[in-house]
Amino acid sequence: MNRYFRAEIRSNRPVHINHNLLSLANIDPMVEPQPGQFYMLEVSKGLDPLLKRAFSLFRRTQEGFQILYRIKGKGTSILKDLKKGTVLHVLGPLGNFYPLPSDSESPLVIAGGIGIASVFSLVEKLSKKAFVFYGARAEQELFMTDALESFHRELVLCTDDGSCGVKGTVVDVLTDFIKKRDEFHQPVIYACGPKAMLREIAKTALANGVKAYVSLEEHMACGIGACLGCVVKTTSGHQRVCKEGPVFDAREIVW
Amino acid sequence: MNLEVNIGKLRLKNPVMTASGTFGYGEEFAEFIDLSRLGAVVVKGLSINAKEGNPPPRLVETASGMLNAIGLQNIGIERFIKEKLPFLKTYDTSVIVNFFGDSVEEYETAAAMLSSQEGIHGLEMNISCPNKQAGWCIFGTDPKVTFEVVSAVRKRTALPLIVKLSPNVTDISVMARAAVEAGADALSLINTITGMAIDIKTRRPRLGNVTGGLSGPAIKPVALRMVYEVYKAVKVPVIGMGGIMSADDAVEFMLAGASGIAVGTANFVNPLASIEILDGIIDYMEKQGIEAISSLTGTAHAG
Repeated sequence: MNRYFRAEIRSNRPVHINHNLLSLANIDPMVEPQPGQFYMLEVSKGLDPLLKRAFSLFRRTQEGFQILYRIKGKGTSILKDLKKGTVLHVLGPLGNFYPLPSDSESPLVIAGGIGIASVFSLVEKLSKKAFVFYGARAEQELFMTDALESFHRELVLCTDDGSCGVKGTVVDVLTDFIKKRDEFHQPVIYACGPKAMLREIAKTALANGVKAYVSLEEHMACGIGACLGCVVKTTSGHQRVCKEGPVFDAREIVW
Repeated sequence: MNLEVNIGKLRLKNPVMTASGTFGYGEEFAEFIDLSRLGAVVVKGLSINAKEGNPPPRLVETASGMLNAIGLQNIGIERFIKEKLPFLKTYDTSVIVNFFGDSVEEYETAAAMLSSQEGIHGLEMNISCPNKQAGWCIFGTDPKVTFEVVSAVRKRTALPLIVKLSPNVTDISVMARAAVEAGADALSLINTITGMAIDIKTRRPRLGNVTGGLSGPAIKPVALRMVYEVYKAVKVPVIGMGGIMSADDAVEFMLAGASGIAVGTANFVNPLASIEILDGIIDYMEKQGIEAISSLTGTAHAG
C-alpha cells in the first residue's frame, strides 16, 4: 500500500466564481480511490499553514485524480495559486466510502453547494442509475451541471431563489419525490452538503423509512485517525470523520 | 556510530520517540513507517476507564501551530491491553504508555494495571494536560501535589517512570525537582501551552472547550528554553519535545539537555516525520563526525 505519495499539478483552473478544479498526476504509485473518500493535500512547504488540507475525491482520472474546491480560507487561497508542474505530497485515499446500492435499490444522490465534489464520482460510478438532486442558493452557485449530464438518470436542480430549476431546497424536492414516485420500492439516499441540509435530509429519510448515507466534514490534523480532532457525536459515542467516516448512516449521527 | 540513549534504566536504540497523543496507539502509522526503527512508541494517554473527551470542534490551526482540545479521549487501559498492545509487541521497539487519572488513587491503580503487563517498557505519567476540567491541573502546577501523586505512583510501579511536565507554570524547574524528589526516573517536556482562538464573525471561541493546547513549531523556542532550564535543575534524563519538525530541531533539543526527543505535531503534517528526523540525525552525526549521539546531550551549556 502506498497512501503517501507525490503528485504533480497538471492543471489548476477556475471553473466558477471562487471554485477551482485541480488535476493531479501521481508520480508514485497510488491506491485506487472509491467515491466518498478524501485526500490530505500539502498546500505549502513552509510551516504556515502547517497542516495538510482535506479534500474529497472529485474524479479519478487516467493520470491521477481531480479535486474540486471552493476558495474559502488560508489553505485554499494558497492552493489556487499553485502552478502546473508543482509537486505536492498527498495522503490518501482516506476514510470509508459510499456503500453502493443493491440492484433492487434506487440511489438518490443529493448535493448541496460544494458537496457536489464528494458525490460526483458516485454518480459517475452508478452510470445512469442515480437520481441526482443538486441545490444551491442561486443559479450562479450551481455548476458542473454539464459534466453531470452524461452520468445521471434524472437531474433535479433547485435554488433557494428560484433562479434555476425548482424554487426551494433539495430537502423539499426530495420529500415530494419520495412520496410521489411509487417506482422507488427501495430508495437509498447519498448526500453531501452543509450540515443543516444533511440534518434535514436525515429527518426526512427517517420519517419516510428510507436509508440515508451522509458525508460529513470536520477540521482534522492528520487524516489517519491519530489526532482525534475530527470527531462527531454518534449513537455509539464520538466517531472520527477521517476513519469511521466521512460517510455515516444518517441514523447514527446525533444531530 | 552509536545511537543508543539511556532514559534512566530504559535503554533505547535511538533517541527518537513519538509524543503521546500524536501517534495514536502506533497502528495508525504502521502502514507508513517501520515502527521497529523508532527508539520508542509513546501511545495516547490512557485512563482506567474509556473517556469520550471534549465536544467538537476540537481543533484549530494557528500560525505555525495548532490548538487542540481533545480532552484525553481514549479506549481505556483494559481495551488497550487486549486490542492494541499485542500489535505493538510484534515490533522491536520500546513501548511507553502514557497514562493519567482523575485522583491520586486512579493514578495508582492505572500504574499498577499497566505495570503487570509484559510488553510495556516504561510509563509516562501525564500530570499536565491543559484540556482537563478545572482543578485537575493542580497535579502539574502545584509542586506539593506533584510530589504527592508521583510518590504514590512510584510505590506502585517498578517500570521506568517518566513524568510529563506542563509549561503552564511560573518556574518549570521547581516542578521538575518535585517530580524527581518523588522518584521520577526521567522527565518529558513540554506538554502543550494553553491558548485560544476566537471566530470574529460569530464572536465566539473557536474550540468547543474554549481553550486548548498549542503545539507545533510555534512553541519550539519556549520548549527549548524549558529543556535547558530543567537540564540544569535536575540530574535525571530529560526527553525534549515541543514543535520538533526536523532533525535540526531535534539536535537543538539534545544540545539544550535532552537525552531523547519526541516528535509530535509533525506526525500529523507528515506520517513519515519521525523516521525522516531519525535519518536526519544520523546524517548530522556523519557530517559532524559524532560517534555517540548521547555525547551531544547538554553541550550547549557553557563550561
